[in-house]
Amino acid sequence: MALINILEAVNKTLEQQMEKDPTVVVLGEDVGYEGGVFRATAGLQQKFGEERSFDTPLAEAGIIGTSIGMAINGLKPVAEIQFSGFMFPAYNQIATHVARYRNRSRGKYHLPMVIRMPYGGGIRALEHHSESLETLFAHIPGLKLVIPSTPYDAKGLLTAAIKDPDPVIFMEPKRIYRAFKQEVPDEEYIVPIGKAKLVKEGKDITVVAWGALVREVEKAIKLVEEDGISVELIDLRTIAPLDRETVIQSVQKTGRFLVVHEAVKSFGPGAELISIVNEKAFLSLEAPPTRLTGFDITVPLPKGEHHFIIDPQRIAYEIRKVVRY
Amino acid sequence: MLTKKFDPLKKKMLQILDQDGNIVDKTLEPNIPSELLLKMYRTMSLGKIADIKALQYQRQGRMLTYAPNRGQEAAQVGAMAPLENQDWLVLAFRELNAMLYKGVTLEQFFLYWYGNEAGSRFNDDVKVLPISVPIASQINHGAGLAMASKKLKKNEVVVAYVGDGGTSHGEFHEGLNFASVYDAPLIVIIQNNQWAISTPRLKQSKADTLAQKAIGYGMPGIQVDGNDVLAMYAAVKEAAERARSGEGPTLIEAVTYRLGPHTTSDDPTIYRTDEEVAMWAKRDPMIRFKKYLIDKKIWSDEQEEKLVEELSDYVNTTFKKVEESGLVSLEDVFNYTYEELTPQLKEQYEEYKAYLAKEGK
Repeated sequence: MALINILEAVNKTLEQQMEKDPTVVVLGEDVGYEGGVFRATAGLQQKFGEERSFDTPLAEAGIIGTSIGMAINGLKPVAEIQFSGFMFPAYNQIATHVARYRNRSRGKYHLPMVIRMPYGGGIRALEHHSESLETLFAHIPGLKLVIPSTPYDAKGLLTAAIKDPDPVIFMEPKRIYRAFKQEVPDEEYIVPIGKAKLVKEGKDITVVAWGALVREVEKAIKLVEEDGISVELIDLRTIAPLDRETVIQSVQKTGRFLVVHEAVKSFGPGAELISIVNEKAFLSLEAPPTRLTGFDITVPLPKGEHHFIIDPQRIAYEIRKVVRY
Repeated sequence: MLTKKFDPLKKKMLQILDQDGNIVDKTLEPNIPSELLLKMYRTMSLGKIADIKALQYQRQGRMLTYAPNRGQEAAQVGAMAPLENQDWLVLAFRELNAMLYKGVTLEQFFLYWYGNEAGSRFNDDVKVLPISVPIASQINHGAGLAMASKKLKKNEVVVAYVGDGGTSHGEFHEGLNFASVYDAPLIVIIQNNQWAISTPRLKQSKADTLAQKAIGYGMPGIQVDGNDVLAMYAAVKEAAERARSGEGPTLIEAVTYRLGPHTTSDDPTIYRTDEEVAMWAKRDPMIRFKKYLIDKKIWSDEQEEKLVEELSDYVNTTFKKVEESGLVSLEDVFNYTYEELTPQLKEQYEEYKAYLAKEGK
């Protein structure tokens, strides 16, 4: 066991998988010599050499496009996009090729590759460094999308992603990269893709969150518990394909549903979740399923970002509203 | 070294066999065994006949949209012939002749254009990536294949195709740059067929040649008469040797011409003149290659006649088989998005199946 944060968990998982599987390679801008701007890949080039952990030219389409070729030809690339807001030049590759290669070749080729990218706001950053773009990946057939919220899950999900025969987008909540530590087993283990985690049982309302917001909901739960409200919290962990069963079972029990996400509201992941709740748990509902999300705006620069970031007070306010509907 | 001798900045283009089928420079003539020459000619003839017939089938309403290759046979087969079995071919979408040479069957090729993904599942030992349309994005796949080949010491060379229009794309730049930075064994062939649908070559780039773009990436580039199968062979052979010995990628501009429309939905008479087409028809790669073989006394008009008859029958029979192949199953439509159906896909599949059963469909 080691007491480590999310960033260290990512780093140790990459190291472990590179050790176990000689076909795993790590690439991206500044990931090699420097070890990444967040240091997620620190030490890997020193340990495994430049052939397996390497810096790329500053070109996202090139990073993902060449990863496709490498995945077809016997390697398991783990590509880093430095910030999710800069993935757009690579989106052509992701949507038109990464997601489609298995289908296009009727199974002759498949892409065992992982695309890591830090995402989300709250780090007082420049423009394009704060986006939550889950929908843009979850909407594309052929992709999987996972987001850990703890060091334990970061290791288990990244291990699962690297071993997955299909391409996995691995979004990392950079706001909590170093926020807290957790005991994480040294040996290899998997957190299955497609399984949500019941973080806390409760009876009055189901709240679904992921990434950095799981901790914010936990803080909100403490606030509403003072009012006698019992919250069931689910950490979704996988956005695509999402674990409908865990969500539906919970809503059938609590009768109320709130999804909290930082991604903008319209056509966001919350819309999908609420549709599922309506389709599968309609008769259990005692209040309209509700979403608390980012506004439909560009994430503001630091002096305005406090309006955008969802804090525990707002979550508590929304929980009370749904419970008292 | 051909790339030194034919400097694109000095507007020098490699040509070995001129448009009338005469050897321009005896010292450049590649020493290709007769057997191989005939294999190349046979592939190009099959490609030519299949292409002409595909266009006819489409006009008869028997085929969907099709992108013809006529006129570009040498730029494809000339480039495949010097490769080894283990080498890769990365397609854009106008490379019928290269596909045939690398072992894709005509049946698979027709099946794809007939609207069935099964046509893109080439046989296991055929190292050809499927046809895909996003322009120039495939070069990065080629660079990645080549990078992996080098890392895993597989001794494979990769040939990736792009058109003159594709050289305007950002991914053209990224792919060449990656390949060069990592000394990847990649050969990028620009089939400069003068037209990107209706946009002429001169509107794609102010550069005198497309081959000279290589200089910016620190790699050799060469402009080749793409309708001269011998010149293509010589240029790719040299590039493949360089790639295999670890010296990195090469950019080859094959100057050629699309004699037909962009696709069957296109009417080229809107944007180009009959005179232009007639001029390029005289430069048809098939005419000069046939003359070369006859001059070498390894081919004759009688053999030609027989071959055309044989291949025409083969193409017709193959296409009939494809026409009888039927529709794609519901299972196949769902089965290849992931290795296993997600719960969501499983539900969608079962709901639709239940609907079909209920409606008696």
